[in-house]
Amino acid sequence: MLERISQIVDEAKAAVGAATTSAELEELRIKWLGRKAELPNILRGVKDLDPSERGPAGKAANQARVELEGAIDTKMASFAGAELELRLVEDAVDITLPAHPQQFPGGLHLLTQTMREIEDVFLGLGYGIAEGPEVELVAYNFDALNHAPHHPARSPSDTFYVGDSVLLRTHTSPVQVRTMLVTPPPLYVIAPGRVYRRDDDATHTPQFHQIEGLAVDEGISLADLKGTLLAFAKAIFGDEREIRLRPHFFPFTEPSVEVDVSCFACNEGVSNGERCGLCKGTAWIEILGAGMVDPNVFASVAGEQPAYDPEKVQGFAFGLGIERIAMLKHSVPDLRLLYDNDIRFLEQFA
Amino acid sequence: MKVPLSLLLEFCDPGLSAEEISSVLALSGTEVERVTRLGVEDSSNFVVGVVLTADQHPDADRLKVCSVDVGAPEPATIVCGAPNVDAGQTVAVALPGAVMPGGMTIKKAKLRGVESSGMICAEDELGLGKGHQGILVLPNTAGPAGRPLGEVLPLDETVLELEITPNRPDCLGVYGVARELHAATGAELKPAPWERDLGSGGDLDGIQVSVEDSDQCPIFTARIYEGLSAAVTPPAIAAHLTAAGMRPISPVVDITNYVMLVIGEPLHAFDLDKIEGGLTVRPAVAGETVATLDGEDRTLIEGETIIADVGGPTSIAGVMGGARSEVGWETTRVLLEAATWHGPSINRTSARLGLRSEASGRFEKGLAPVLASRGQAFASQLFEQIYGVTPVAGTVAIGAVGEATTVKLSHHKVNSLMGSQLTAERISAPLERLGFTVALDGDEFSVGVPLDRLDVTRDVDVIEEIARIDGLEKLEATIPTSGAGGGRLTRDQRIRRQVQDALVSAGCFEAAGWSFCAPGLSDRLRLAADDPRRNAITLVNPMSSEESILRTTLLGSLLDSAARNAARGASAIRLFETGPVYLPSEDGLSDEPQRFGAVLCGPATQPDWRNASPDDVDVHGAIGVIGGVLDSLHCQWKIVPATEPEPFLHPGRSGVIEIAGRPAGWVGDLHPLVSAEWGLDGGVAFEVDLDAVISASPEVLHYWAVSAHPMVGQDLAVVVDAGVSAAELIEIAEEVGSPELESVVVFDIYRGEQLGENAVSVGLRFVFRADDRTLTEEEASAVRQRILDALQDRKGAQSRG
Repeated sequence: MLERISQIVDEAKAAVGAATTSAELEELRIKWLGRKAELPNILRGVKDLDPSERGPAGKAANQARVELEGAIDTKMASFAGAELELRLVEDAVDITLPAHPQQFPGGLHLLTQTMREIEDVFLGLGYGIAEGPEVELVAYNFDALNHAPHHPARSPSDTFYVGDSVLLRTHTSPVQVRTMLVTPPPLYVIAPGRVYRRDDDATHTPQFHQIEGLAVDEGISLADLKGTLLAFAKAIFGDEREIRLRPHFFPFTEPSVEVDVSCFACNEGVSNGERCGLCKGTAWIEILGAGMVDPNVFASVAGEQPAYDPEKVQGFAFGLGIERIAMLKHSVPDLRLLYDNDIRFLEQFA
Repeated sequence: MKVPLSLLLEFCDPGLSAEEISSVLALSGTEVERVTRLGVEDSSNFVVGVVLTADQHPDADRLKVCSVDVGAPEPATIVCGAPNVDAGQTVAVALPGAVMPGGMTIKKAKLRGVESSGMICAEDELGLGKGHQGILVLPNTAGPAGRPLGEVLPLDETVLELEITPNRPDCLGVYGVARELHAATGAELKPAPWERDLGSGGDLDGIQVSVEDSDQCPIFTARIYEGLSAAVTPPAIAAHLTAAGMRPISPVVDITNYVMLVIGEPLHAFDLDKIEGGLTVRPAVAGETVATLDGEDRTLIEGETIIADVGGPTSIAGVMGGARSEVGWETTRVLLEAATWHGPSINRTSARLGLRSEASGRFEKGLAPVLASRGQAFASQLFEQIYGVTPVAGTVAIGAVGEATTVKLSHHKVNSLMGSQLTAERISAPLERLGFTVALDGDEFSVGVPLDRLDVTRDVDVIEEIARIDGLEKLEATIPTSGAGGGRLTRDQRIRRQVQDALVSAGCFEAAGWSFCAPGLSDRLRLAADDPRRNAITLVNPMSSEESILRTTLLGSLLDSAARNAARGASAIRLFETGPVYLPSEDGLSDEPQRFGAVLCGPATQPDWRNASPDDVDVHGAIGVIGGVLDSLHCQWKIVPATEPEPFLHPGRSGVIEIAGRPAGWVGDLHPLVSAEWGLDGGVAFEVDLDAVISASPEVLHYWAVSAHPMVGQDLAVVVDAGVSAAELIEIAEEVGSPELESVVVFDIYRGEQLGENAVSVGLRFVFRADDRTLTEEEASAVRQRILDALQDRKGAQSRG
């Protein structure tokens, strides 16, 4: 009996080893372990054996069954994996077809992206963001900013008026005044927004965007202005950039400077052996105007905010055009493209 | 201002190239807009010629055969095509061998059978400008024939075009620029040209002058020159004037222009014999007229400053002289005026008359009174040089030069404002080079301001002078460390960014629209006569009537942008904008509420290989975009039918956006007439008040417990009257289904014949769940039945099973 069991195991294992499909294995399972197979019969007959034989025979037959089931299951599992793989290969699709459903592309306007990029630089430097109305008082747009009563910028040929004392702000600078009136120093703030001037030609639109910056604190200096704008220029135009300050004139700053950034399209004004078109061969590109806040500006708010006593506080201010920065950085050749809203333009920056 | 480099170098020559000088000037505050080379590479073979005869070419209508004296024994025959060539003219001649600016060498050549030995030149052919209306005709005094042309024209000159900032009228003369160059480089500055005065002070016989309003005319000076006879402007002066863009005219006029070019003070010369009686500087009476030097009759308005004699106005002060007292070749007695004027008034008058001149451009900046006496002094040297006369004794001088001012400056303040550690020496050196006087007492400087530096009145003005001349490149670059600004967005600013980002995520492009719009927009949008959006802020001085009011809705420019894209063939147009609208407020300013809005046209989903022709976007597509935005900010919102539909929307396919229970915007299919007006095919739009979103968005999101027990899902289809909205059914279900009902959505809408004409089947999908136990199917069915009963009761709904 024990011999027969061992014989069955050997034969069955050989057959399992030789099987090549899961169907064959199923047949072997029926043949060797099915209801009519010999081994189960032996197991069923154990109870009729002599008590002395019952133990060894039952144990061996049971072991044999477990061994055979194991061998078949193992082999079956290996077939199932391989056959699944085969089915999956047959179930292939063309994965080069586009996505479905396709999302509509979308994007922020280049002006918004540029504005956010600049805002984020100054947020990182610890500035807050202030806002003010676009329909503004002459008093804040010009008077408080030290524009002489006859300053040409006040002329109706340059500035849009809504009434005698109300205009469309010509710069974001009145936000300086509004912010100082409600916030004592120290003050670190930028003011982005839409501004208006009566210009309409190849390089001017009657509406454009600026960002104003204002820092008022103990001992704020021209050197601080230089360092701050250097950090700004590097953040926007690249870490290799340098800046230079050129003396200039603005009514609301003294000293006043214009700020150039080293050209990022050429080497010392030469690009591919030619004069650089971007910086006109000068190696520098003008990006903004700035200066130390004129004491008269502080004086204009000191009545309501005595902490801005021009004898006691110092500060710097700067103003830059978003359109100009965006065009320079992204090689946009024509200002009009920014207001045309052609989707083919918009999606380039999405 | 155009500065001939050779003239600048006469006063200060730092031994630098034009480019280096430009850079030095730019970095010390005088911007150089352009450096222009005038003339030719080699001026040999260019001579002054005199046209002896100019006859018609026998074989060419447009050519003339000229006999030109070029200083040689025999006149040269030159064929000339210029319409203005004529016998007797003094002209510029390029002889054979001359190399023109383009590189062409002039040779003897036959033109239509006539041999031509040179070329009579136009302005542009000599590299002197753009003029090509004919040949350049020189003053007869430019001769004699044969004189090297380079002696009378700037054939070898470099011109710096400077942008002088409005605070620096002292640099509107070449000598002022030379002083800047001296200060910035340390190169020697030649003595000022006004230092030698050949005239004298005291009363001047022969003219009476009165000034009625000294505010308009801070200083008025005059001198008389007599016994003038024929004279010639020195060629070097003529060449410098030409290079600076001023045409030499006559010696007297050239003197006035040259003084202006060198020291920045415009002068005016009267023919003294043409003045009747004395001169009065006074405000014009409305309607007075004056014939100006340019041959025009000008009518003055009340208060414009004029200079008049007994015959009426003789010139418009500071703007242009009058023809009646103009100097000419016959003039033997000149009254030379040097005055300064109230800048803004000059600006106003010249702008009104459209008369911009070198003189008015300077006077409008507000020149220092001291320039008048300097102008007289320098002119006296030129009269002596050219005419050999000195001024008649005495000078009219009405008004005061003003006192020199002193500014106190603390050493500490200089370094504090600049962020520097300048020594006293480094502070005083730049100032002294600029002509300031400096005295130091302890920590305090006393700085004496030159009389022509009216812009310097305060310590910060002086510090600017120090900073720019010492050199801004020497400043350290430091960063303030306080960070007192907070370094963060406000909640409003953050939410505005989130709204923009959500619209982008919904597949929309942000557009940059215009704040301006046309008054006709309201009609195009079909707004009712009493629609508050017709009440817009109106500009007093718009660029055009199409841009004369400020927008009260974002829709106009969004439609414009959509229309442009549609016209260019775009199929899917999804544009949004965020920004203010401008609503008149009682204080005369505006309310500027922030809005966001969009216009969507074209397919609702991207056409692709699974669905090549998706349906066009409709109001529900727009609601999806809005919902994406509002859900991302956790706002409570719903769309409700409008009691009064927006006139620019489809009345049956539009609604009101309610946020936190309040109307906050509109959404809908565009009205077909509006779509057609903009040439769009359908389209949907919405506009939402951003403030409503900001106030409805929770500041902080708080956790709520999620149930650990399984859900039971059940569906219900009911047939209701078509007038019953899905929102009403959902509202009832939510009310009645509580607390077991977790969510309900509409999963099917069906209309069909078997339902009857006015009925609709609405499929609702419920999720039921309990917080504290596993809900059984039976319990769930009971809740579903409860809901059905309520729907039947309140809306007459019938179950479809």
